[in-house]
Amino acid sequence: MDSLALHLPALLVAIPLFTAFLIPLAGRAGGTVRSALVILGAALTSLAGLALAARVFAGGTVLYVFGAAAPHAAIPMDSGGIPIRIIFQVDALGALMVVIAALSSLAITLYSLAAESRQSGKDGFYSMLFLLVAGVLGMVSTGDLFNFFVFLEISSLAGAALVAYRIDQGEAVEGGLKYALLSTVGALSVLMAIGILFAQYNALNIATVASRLRFGALDMIALVLLAVPLAMKCGAVPMHFWTPDTYTTAPSSITALLVVSSQASLYGLFRILFTLYGDLLRFNWAVFGWFLVILGALSAFVGVTMAIPQKDVKRLMAYHAVSQTGYMLLGVGVGLAVFADAGALAAYGKTAMAGGLFHIINHAMYKGLLFLTAGAVFYRTGTRNLNRLGGLGHAMPWTMVFFMIGALAIAGIPPFNGFASKLLIYESVFRFSPFLAILAMVVSILTLASFVKVFHSMFMGPPRAEFAGVREVPAPMIAGMAILAAFVILAGLVPQAFVDRMIAPAVNALVDRAGYIAAILGGH
Amino acid sequence: MITRLLLAMPFLTVAVLLLLALGALLFKRNLIKMLMGLSLMESAVNLFLVAIGYRQDGIAPIFTNAPQTLMVLPTVQALTLTAIVIGVATSAMMLSFAMVIYKKYGTVDVRNIRKLNG
Repeated sequence: MDSLALHLPALLVAIPLFTAFLIPLAGRAGGTVRSALVILGAALTSLAGLALAARVFAGGTVLYVFGAAAPHAAIPMDSGGIPIRIIFQVDALGALMVVIAALSSLAITLYSLAAESRQSGKDGFYSMLFLLVAGVLGMVSTGDLFNFFVFLEISSLAGAALVAYRIDQGEAVEGGLKYALLSTVGALSVLMAIGILFAQYNALNIATVASRLRFGALDMIALVLLAVPLAMKCGAVPMHFWTPDTYTTAPSSITALLVVSSQASLYGLFRILFTLYGDLLRFNWAVFGWFLVILGALSAFVGVTMAIPQKDVKRLMAYHAVSQTGYMLLGVGVGLAVFADAGALAAYGKTAMAGGLFHIINHAMYKGLLFLTAGAVFYRTGTRNLNRLGGLGHAMPWTMVFFMIGALAIAGIPPFNGFASKLLIYESVFRFSPFLAILAMVVSILTLASFVKVFHSMFMGPPRAEFAGVREVPAPMIAGMAILAAFVILAGLVPQAFVDRMIAPAVNALVDRAGYIAAILGGH
Repeated sequence: MITRLLLAMPFLTVAVLLLLALGALLFKRNLIKMLMGLSLMESAVNLFLVAIGYRQDGIAPIFTNAPQTLMVLPTVQALTLTAIVIGVATSAMMLSFAMVIYKKYGTVDVRNIRKLNG
């Protein structure tokens, strides 16, 4: 048991990868065998993720050196002080992301089992789904730049293939192609930056490169080549144009997973800015903090204004996803902007970062839930057009309740989790700039207005004749939504427990650059 | 002078390839040509990786008949191999997307591939 716990970081990626390639084999034996394997794989992946996260939150950063005699022997004896092996380094921030991916992937897989039951080509679908999960988990746990690129590409390719999986008049392929094209150009830019860094410092390990970084002109070029594609992949305005197309055309369960995958890119962006480039003495924190703040404020506002007139329910939700990403960028950006000022950092900077990070996990849960309810409605009615939907409240009571929970959470209404993280953001951002805090509240109100409209046009009104045969969705779909809804309520009722146990350690890990480096290279 | 120019050649080639690729991606309207641009960009980055791994008078890490055991650590070469494999997968997938789009839309002109808008 102990040795199993020691190898958790490797299992975290190995289990979904192995499952992905076993699925076509299991599919030969029949649908039941495949479904059993899918459930087993998802459960084991989540278990490994949650166990690893529990270890990190209890005992600090977990290292895993692939191929070494002992999992934490980062630097081989004869390497001259360079960690040459591939290393997974999971600190509290990474563990937070692992929790998000573990919970959502479990809920989404359960949901898919019923939602995709009438489709063909399920072998490929589930293989891709597990590859996407493996890519996301790898991105948030690796401590190696090139490894990050590989997992980024795995998640992009699997994501694009899944978006295009149900060809449907070609629209899905158009969405998938857009996603694949942008992801590939972005990933190549990341690879170029990795090449520039390697050429100067002869290392790929994030901690090693960070400790040697000289902040020359080439490093700044590398920073731009890293930060811009990652900001694009997390859907920040003005690089958000792919999100509505891709999120709308993907199957709903996949959209929920793509939200998690874009948050892994957000994690990458924070990791680059804070850990790789975050040298307090030689890095202009305020400029990059303001970069994130402006990106965040723009995303929040433009996202919600674009969402309001949409008629396609998933397109509307996709623009809201852009808008909510803005809150995360705003919160963490404010923390970064005041980082050099110890007084301001203690007074409100850390609260802002905690709000931003808390919003990441909250958003993954309620936005995933909302996309799943939209998928449930589409599953029964066959349309996403709000003008044609209506009166579903009596036929689909569970879906309606889950939608209400998600909608109230995204609008920041207590006692749901969106309120908890938005409150942290409001109160801290107000002390940084009252204007931005008011903007954030206005965006929240517009979000509420938009979701009241959606709720009204989907569930309220008299039952329509064309939806007479509509019933509640099958139990696995309800179970998948229930997992996410339970988290939304739980994190809303006892937010402090989450903040103390998970978010505060994650904030400390984010700002503790020296600690990240020392975990690999030893104390300074 | 000549040696320095020769050493800079790979990087100049990378720059030219990158410009060509960006030009194809930004200004071509034919999807296939855009994908060719993407492929060029992959080649440019791979060439860049191999070029930064070059060490003058370095010894390749092949132990058979090696003149000495002080050798070049082939990290970037390994990276390039991985990147090539990823690039092949990407190109194959996107070309198959282009095929489906041609079947469904009857065109590969990106000006006409616009069912998603709004």
